[in-house]
Amino acid sequence: MSKHKTSSFNRGLYSTSMFILTIFFFYAPILVLLIFSFNSSKSMMWEGFSWRWYSDLIYKSPALWASFDKSLIIAFFSALVSTFIGTIGAIGLYWYNIKFKKTLQLMTVVPMLLPEIILGVALLIFFSSAGMKLGLFTIFLAHTTFCIPYVFLIVMSRLDEFDKSIVEAAYDLGATELIVLTRIIVPICIPAIVAAFLISITLSLEDFVITFFVAGPGSTTLPLYIYSMIRFGVSPVINSLSVIILIATVILSLLSLKFAKGIFK
Amino acid sequence: MSNRRYGYYYTAPLVFWVLAFFLIPISIILVFSFLKKGLYGGVIYEFSLSAYQSLLNPTLFKVLITTLYMSCVATLLTLMLAIPTGYFIARSKHKNFFLFLIIIPFWTNFLIRIYAWIAILGNNGFLNQFLIKSGLLENSIQFLYNPLAVILVLTYTYLPFAVLPLYSTIEKFDFSLLEAARDLGATKFESFYKILLPNIKSGIFSAILFVFIPAFGAYAIPQLVGGRNSFMIGNIIARELTVTRNWPLASAMSSMLTFITIIGVLYFLRENNKGSKNKTNVKA
Repeated sequence: MSKHKTSSFNRGLYSTSMFILTIFFFYAPILVLLIFSFNSSKSMMWEGFSWRWYSDLIYKSPALWASFDKSLIIAFFSALVSTFIGTIGAIGLYWYNIKFKKTLQLMTVVPMLLPEIILGVALLIFFSSAGMKLGLFTIFLAHTTFCIPYVFLIVMSRLDEFDKSIVEAAYDLGATELIVLTRIIVPICIPAIVAAFLISITLSLEDFVITFFVAGPGSTTLPLYIYSMIRFGVSPVINSLSVIILIATVILSLLSLKFAKGIFK
Repeated sequence: MSNRRYGYYYTAPLVFWVLAFFLIPISIILVFSFLKKGLYGGVIYEFSLSAYQSLLNPTLFKVLITTLYMSCVATLLTLMLAIPTGYFIARSKHKNFFLFLIIIPFWTNFLIRIYAWIAILGNNGFLNQFLIKSGLLENSIQFLYNPLAVILVLTYTYLPFAVLPLYSTIEKFDFSLLEAARDLGATKFESFYKILLPNIKSGIFSAILFVFIPAFGAYAIPQLVGGRNSFMIGNIIARELTVTRNWPLASAMSSMLTFITIIGVLYFLRENNKGSKNKTNVKA
């Protein structure tokens, strides 16, 4: 490629320095959190190494762990339901020429593009107008709603990839609808389904804005709890919590990338 | 494949969910935005344009302008970092590793990314402590709670959203075109401006869409690092909804945001279709 006079060094000086700047911009704040999570004092001044904030996080933060339990329950169920609805919906839309195909496809994806606050406001007004009590159940409904588009797109792109003649061959050989679905389409989609499930769990565990609107008394999830801690001021416990969440995120995203190989290019 | 009936069975749960938890709630806020405000929250079922009229009152209008200004600057900064970054990754030999470096902050908890900046720039934060200890400062400076802090954190939060689509369009770009332009006597800037930019237009547009729209509707960021002069529409919506309890006004502002988003998405889809028809376009 670079047999011309513009050497790769010359060509890339600007983009290389901007890339380094971007990476520095991304990681400097994270690095500061990492370092100060091991600080022995409460302030943002380095005084010595200590595991203190990790032990405080683990042994002295029962309210935080209670909120984590709630987040886990919500994440599990909304990932389960959204994976089911999104997968089966993508299969239906992909394989059959139903009416309003384009409209349904667009409407499924739009919630993903709207600013989060819109869905939060709309669902809050909807739930209150319907007389529903705000709490874990309304959070579950909201999380399922914003996870469905992601599941849908991931499964769709997997369906787009595989050899359709397998399915046609199965029909020609007399396979029933149920057999084609359970023996061919679903097994082929399994990596995408697992990736979609993991991504839904991550999205649900993370969400703050929508949850903030549809949560009620007694349904404090982990992000809501973190938010109240941040508003209270800088606490070293948040530093240690951030590091643990960061590690968990890296593991989760590595896992979902592994399953989604070929889906995200 | 020809059997439509199963298609309806399969999509029934999706149709139900999209209707019940997306289309109906969105329609409700659209309707509510044209109603009168109830005395203790809620609405009175009487047609009124007062919510839209109050969007034009000076205080709210100022917030609208501030929001527009801050999200535009954040989008511009994001593009300035994201285009060269995407270009660098697309031309490098370690694409997967560099992409992974971009994806990690993308997946990192949103609140923690905001908190990291509070820990650095806060009144008792790392930067102030550092400057005081090294004798450069007597008293701490308030770096946070102003428009600049909001713009910084908006850029930080949404930058990965811009790098990823830009990378994937730049990766498809035929780099020999740049060399050809240079051989024909174009300056570096000319070859960038006339060859690269027009060809990665769809990537730039999706980057703008993915950054500008969430920035325009931001709530948590101005709430945590913004001050009184950096209030954004999102803060007003939340206040009207939960504190002042003016549902029609909150609905009107949300409807406006939805409307802007839909226009952006439709324009994007149109441009994208155009772009895929004439693959390589060179601006004369």
